[in-house]
Amino acid sequence: MCGIIGLHLRDPDLYPRLGQLLDTMLAGAVERGPDAAGIAVYGDRERVPEGHSAVSVLGAPDDPAAALGQLLPAVTASRAGATTVITAAVDPEALAAAVRSVAPEAKVVGIGSELVVYKDIGNPRELAETYDLASAHGWQGLAHTRMATESAITPEGSHPFSVGRDLCLVHNGSFSNHATIRRALRHEGIEFDSENDTEVAARFVAACLADGDDLEKALHRLGQEFDGFYTLLVTTADGFAVVRDEIACKPAIVAEHPRWVAMASEFRSLAELPGISQARVFEPDPGKVYAWQR
Amino acid sequence: MAALSNHPDDTASPQDSARDGAGVHTVDLTTATVRTLNAELHAPTARRYRVLSPRGAHAVAVGVDDELDIHVEGDVGYYCGGMNQGGTIVVDGSAGPGLAENMMSGTVRVRGDASQSAGATARGGLLVVEGTASMRCGISMKGVDIVVGGDVGPMSAFMAQAGRLVVCGDAGDGLGDSIYEARLYVRGKVGALGADCIEKEIRDEHRSELAELLTAAGMTDLAGDPAALAEFRRFGSARRLYHFTSERSGSY
Amino acid sequence: MSTSDGRGLRESATFDRATIAAIQHAAETGVYDIRGWGAKRPLPHFDDLLFLGASMSRYPLEGYRERCDTDVVLGDRHAERPLHLSTPVTIAGMSFGALSAQAKESLGRGASEVGTSTTTGDGGMTDEERGHSKTLVYQVLPSRYGMNPDHLRAADAIEVVLGQGAKPGGGGMLLGQKISDRVAGMRTLPPGIDQRSACRHPDWTGPDDLAIKILELREITDWQKPIYVKVGATRTYYDVKLAVAAGADVVVVDGMQGGTAATQEVFIEHVGIPILAAIPQAVQALSELGLHRKVQLVVSGGIRTGADVAKAMALGADAVAIGTAALIALGDNDPRWAKEYESIGSAAGFYDDFQDGRDPAGITTQDPELAARLDPLQGGRRIANYLRVLTLEAQTIARACGKGHLLHLEPEDLVSLTIEAAAMARVPLAGTSWIPGRTPL
Repeated sequence: MCGIIGLHLRDPDLYPRLGQLLDTMLAGAVERGPDAAGIAVYGDRERVPEGHSAVSVLGAPDDPAAALGQLLPAVTASRAGATTVITAAVDPEALAAAVRSVAPEAKVVGIGSELVVYKDIGNPRELAETYDLASAHGWQGLAHTRMATESAITPEGSHPFSVGRDLCLVHNGSFSNHATIRRALRHEGIEFDSENDTEVAARFVAACLADGDDLEKALHRLGQEFDGFYTLLVTTADGFAVVRDEIACKPAIVAEHPRWVAMASEFRSLAELPGISQARVFEPDPGKVYAWQR
Repeated sequence: MAALSNHPDDTASPQDSARDGAGVHTVDLTTATVRTLNAELHAPTARRYRVLSPRGAHAVAVGVDDELDIHVEGDVGYYCGGMNQGGTIVVDGSAGPGLAENMMSGTVRVRGDASQSAGATARGGLLVVEGTASMRCGISMKGVDIVVGGDVGPMSAFMAQAGRLVVCGDAGDGLGDSIYEARLYVRGKVGALGADCIEKEIRDEHRSELAELLTAAGMTDLAGDPAALAEFRRFGSARRLYHFTSERSGSY
Repeated sequence: MSTSDGRGLRESATFDRATIAAIQHAAETGVYDIRGWGAKRPLPHFDDLLFLGASMSRYPLEGYRERCDTDVVLGDRHAERPLHLSTPVTIAGMSFGALSAQAKESLGRGASEVGTSTTTGDGGMTDEERGHSKTLVYQVLPSRYGMNPDHLRAADAIEVVLGQGAKPGGGGMLLGQKISDRVAGMRTLPPGIDQRSACRHPDWTGPDDLAIKILELREITDWQKPIYVKVGATRTYYDVKLAVAAGADVVVVDGMQGGTAATQEVFIEHVGIPILAAIPQAVQALSELGLHRKVQLVVSGGIRTGADVAKAMALGADAVAIGTAALIALGDNDPRWAKEYESIGSAAGFYDDFQDGRDPAGITTQDPELAARLDPLQGGRRIANYLRVLTLEAQTIARACGKGHLLHLEPEDLVSLTIEAAAMARVPLAGTSWIPGRTPL
């Protein structure tokens, strides 16, 4: 059970303000999820330079850049709370493989050429400072605050779940048949980092995308397979999608403006966005996938 | 944990609320807390209030138990006007879930849209949503009158027990599922009806009831337009689920 | 179980006579069985635990002389006016509708006489029970029948009900026989119809939204009244943590032995966990949050004796609630009505048709003639007597364990007779230090 915020910018003039806008939005989601928080930022070229990739790692060794520097060009590493972001001038999969080779115990919780992910446990406001959210820039971002239901409060169990290249998924609600789907995915060789129900949804979506589904189809398939109540925000290298289950008890509100698209669990997260009074504000219909692309 | 921001320890400074010459007491939620606002409304020192900058705050003007006029300038979060008893609350903006839940009497009017469960379990008074209302509008309503200028979402009037719901736009799927004695009027399209909800003949007395409700809601143009009134359809309970039987066990 | 009457007949353990009757009833009617009462199957229970009275290594307190207090404070986490009760035995929520007005009044009178609280139910607050209850807990249920801000303000505490032990995850069904004009009026329903109650609240779902709902209730009542959250025992560890996260002052956990007025038999017997298994989970959740005894834990479901009260508190509860036992104290299943029970196809000691409104004892009925059989003054006295006995019995045990307050009982005062109960209650098997799954054999 949780709070979600997401912002997809259409107007490049706003890119430098992405982090500041997300930080303001986050204030409206803190109380929904006091246990943990994570963020994802797309297109921050200070955090992921052009032509580089980034992986976000939990349990990284003390000086990952030193070990990786032997293997890869232009390696950087920076730690923020539990998360270490490692970048290098190689493709994301090569970077992730190298990280796994030098630190087999570490968990890769974010991977991409556009994306950086940070997640940890603790007070969301303080974590936003740890991640230096306010300074982020880029074209898209999201944040999640967690009130843990059945799985432990750990950095691995925090959202977002980024289990495919530039893919992120966050969730408010709880699934009621995820254990069975987890077993089926494990049977297909898919590994899990946490006991969190949302990770099952993220791995399911990633598997559908790997099968060749587009995001909309993947989310429809999720709706057919998963029981439970959910509002999901899914972001990719080129877009932003929102879906709620057919019963749609968990809140979601979307605001669409010529300069941006935003979604949140509650309106109060949207109240300070520039031009909110001119935006089209609506609640997503049950079971319908809403998607926006760059 | 979960320290929602309205704890009584958060007190407002005196300049957060002010009274103008016309006896209107103003509370600015940029600086005052919702706790300060509600404490004032529960022991009112004025009859008319302006509430500024709610910015999606929860529990704005809940538990009002007096004939106060409260004008909220902006968007509100969950449960605005909850359990209202006699107050006239106008929101110049949109409202979050549970608007005017369990209202007893008085009026709550939202100029914008309302989120899910607007008017839930409300027992009396009038709720007007000038824009659209989301899912479960009028869920378990128990005597309230609800008039929605636009559409209502799916599962509206679920288990509606009593009162009247007027929808000037369209109604989503599952309208009136498991309805008891509430009466529903819809002008636009209606999705699949819920279990035990059926269309009923609209007679003159229903049209006058509809015109009265629209007039009360301030929608006088519609109320005075016979052609528009003729477009409304009436829905209510088939009363087939009133006694539990095996034949209909799939509908419970 | 097999039986023989000398002719070599043998009853099937799988298809025993009750099972055969249930299959026959289903085939004849096409409707599942709805009944009152709680789970009837054998379950690990407080009977499987024993106290280690003091002798040499610890010293007992003198009965009737040396002090053993019983007072408890409930709801002092956020509320300005927490409840101060003289005994930790409270009366659980039971609706007017399920019970007659006389029964509700009796409960109020009895509870008030001994300084404890009673609770409304799924049907609103009656003047009788408010008038005769010194301390009244007002339930906020999914149906919101009779929900009223005046009653919210008139209550001493507010209990947000997510579920009950007899049917966690289920809604309600009050059959038409009991929907009298007065019950119907309070619930805004036509008289005589079968009335359904929803399983989820109409205006919130999940702990994040419950936090906002609790905020609203606090705002309406100006932060004065304790807010309880009641759950049926299932995933108790998580549910208690989430109730606390949502802002509860008091968490109420109702085990599967807890009663109901009208629920599907299959639900009563097959959903939920025994209270014995739920209490340690709840205490673990509260302890991990650093809030054990700060957010109070009230438990219910099968409390019958002072020994049960003492055992629940030793496992970590701050108070208990009784429902079925209180009805029995009022005269439910009394042999004096034996003939009448027979005439409606039941028997004294077996009557569980609380749903159909023909209760000879006049308790679970809305029939004015039957209800008039229960004199609220006498009923109140019986409840007070019973509550006093429960309290005295619990004190007797606490003194034997050397405790100056019922709240000083602790799990270390208990041992278990069975491996099952030892594992669930997390106390050692008697004569050993073995707690299955926790300590080495």
